[in-house]
Amino acid sequence: MPGLEDLYREIILDHHRNPRNRGELPPPAPHAVGHNPLCGDEIDVYLQVENDMVVDVKVGGQGCSISQSSASMMSQAVKGKPIAEVRALVRRFKGMMSIPDEDGNPIEPDPNVKLGDLEALQGVVKFPVRIKCATLSWNTLLDALEQSNA
Amino acid sequence: MTAPHSLDVAAIKQQFPLLQRELDGAPLVYLDSANTSQKPQVVIDAMSQFMEHSYAPINRSAYRLAAEATDAFEGARTKVQRFINAKRAHEIVFTKNATESLNLVAYSWGRANLQRGDVVVLTHMEHHANIVPWHMLVEERGIELRWVPLTADGQLDLRTLPQLLDGAKVFSFTAMSNVLGTITPVRQLCDAAHAAGALAIVDGCQYVPHNVTDVQAWDADFMAFSSHKMCGPSGVGVLWGREALLDAMPPFLGGGNMIADVRLDGFTTAELPAKFEAGTPPIVEVVGMGAAVDFLTDLGMANIRQHELEIAGYAMRSLTERFGPDIQLHGPCNVEVRGATFSFGFRGIHPHDLSQVLDQTNVCVRAGHHCAKPLMRLLGVNATARASFYLYNDTTDVDVLADALDSASDIFAF
Repeated sequence: MPGLEDLYREIILDHHRNPRNRGELPPPAPHAVGHNPLCGDEIDVYLQVENDMVVDVKVGGQGCSISQSSASMMSQAVKGKPIAEVRALVRRFKGMMSIPDEDGNPIEPDPNVKLGDLEALQGVVKFPVRIKCATLSWNTLLDALEQSNA
Repeated sequence: MTAPHSLDVAAIKQQFPLLQRELDGAPLVYLDSANTSQKPQVVIDAMSQFMEHSYAPINRSAYRLAAEATDAFEGARTKVQRFINAKRAHEIVFTKNATESLNLVAYSWGRANLQRGDVVVLTHMEHHANIVPWHMLVEERGIELRWVPLTADGQLDLRTLPQLLDGAKVFSFTAMSNVLGTITPVRQLCDAAHAAGALAIVDGCQYVPHNVTDVQAWDADFMAFSSHKMCGPSGVGVLWGREALLDAMPPFLGGGNMIADVRLDGFTTAELPAKFEAGTPPIVEVVGMGAAVDFLTDLGMANIRQHELEIAGYAMRSLTERFGPDIQLHGPCNVEVRGATFSFGFRGIHPHDLSQVLDQTNVCVRAGHHCAKPLMRLLGVNATARASFYLYNDTTDVDVLADALDSASDIFAF
């Protein structure tokens, strides 16, 4: 079986210990709650969207090291980015997690979208049960974006 | 009755082919039997031999092979009847799992007998299977649910039970919590239900595989349990109910086997148990369940309980001594009122991460909410890790678990 070092990379553990952008934003900030029905984990994503730009993002809730670190890295990666770039990043991340597109086809990596630290989560693919943990905050981000009508 | 004697765990383990399997050159340490149990060779053989030699439709064909298959199927029903000391074999209804059994009661008895404002009492430690079917009646019928609270050590707090049961029509409760391991005082709860004029429904999923079960001694009205947690195959569960109650209930699923007559303008139902067994049942699985009953009966349920008492006592002592406040064991400290199922928190490590690390040393534990989210909220956690022991586990497995827990700390030390 793949070693745990593929999963628990140091950067992941760092985000788990010191999660970035924790907190909430007051209403009417778009806010979505994501549930992992498998384990009961919950993630809150709050957005501040101005002029098609994610000006601020806050993350709340509880979860395992993978879901929490993924949420933390996600918040860093999308903060200050235009919505279009955020959506492209979500797509790129899901592609890395081996999640197919709406038509069931594999998502080809877009070379223009840089994953940066998020590449540390690549090892999650070797532990299929954990893919849901890694993608929870990203799906919740999409829900929050829907609410912002962006 | 002879005093319980110890189990020869090494010999028992030999009878479970899966437990001979090695991963990465080391044996499996299967601690997830509260989820589902492994299967002994006799169950596997009974099912393959039945398929190889005796498989045919049951209860509907005249040829000898069909009679042989019917005998095997109905023979299993009688075995199950004796296993739980039901009065009549036709009080045993085969379903697809215990969840379906509980849904059957809520759907059939509930819709025939519960109206707006009627009260159903549940406990705070129920599995979703004994919650959601009643929630569905709340939405559909406007019934009211009341909840028996828990004590700090995870037992039922019965101080307000008479008030909760006042005017109730149903008291539905688990005989053993799948999260806390708590064994509830079933006879006392049945008596309390009846004193209030309510039916007593027992979720026996966790209790029946590990203890001597006697539904008549309990004076229960219904009991649900499943084959797959008691060394039998998945795909078959049991609803036991008192004959008079089952007789008076409307059918659940409609179709073949459950009818006496079908006309253009309606139908009449078959006698018990066929009335509640629409369509072709899981024939092979029922035969396998019968073999599992024989297997457990030969070992002796009292001996199995004694064995698990020893494991539970050892686990509580050794884990507490070794880890002190770093481990939070949920549920009663008194092993007399608990089974060998332990939910726990460990050094703040998320259960998902914990089980992932334990898996490196082949230790299989469940991580999650265990289909008991109301209880998780009460415990103030999203999830727990759960180690559950059965007749093929011994105290060595507790030690392996403890060593594996230590290795998890190395990765997640803050």
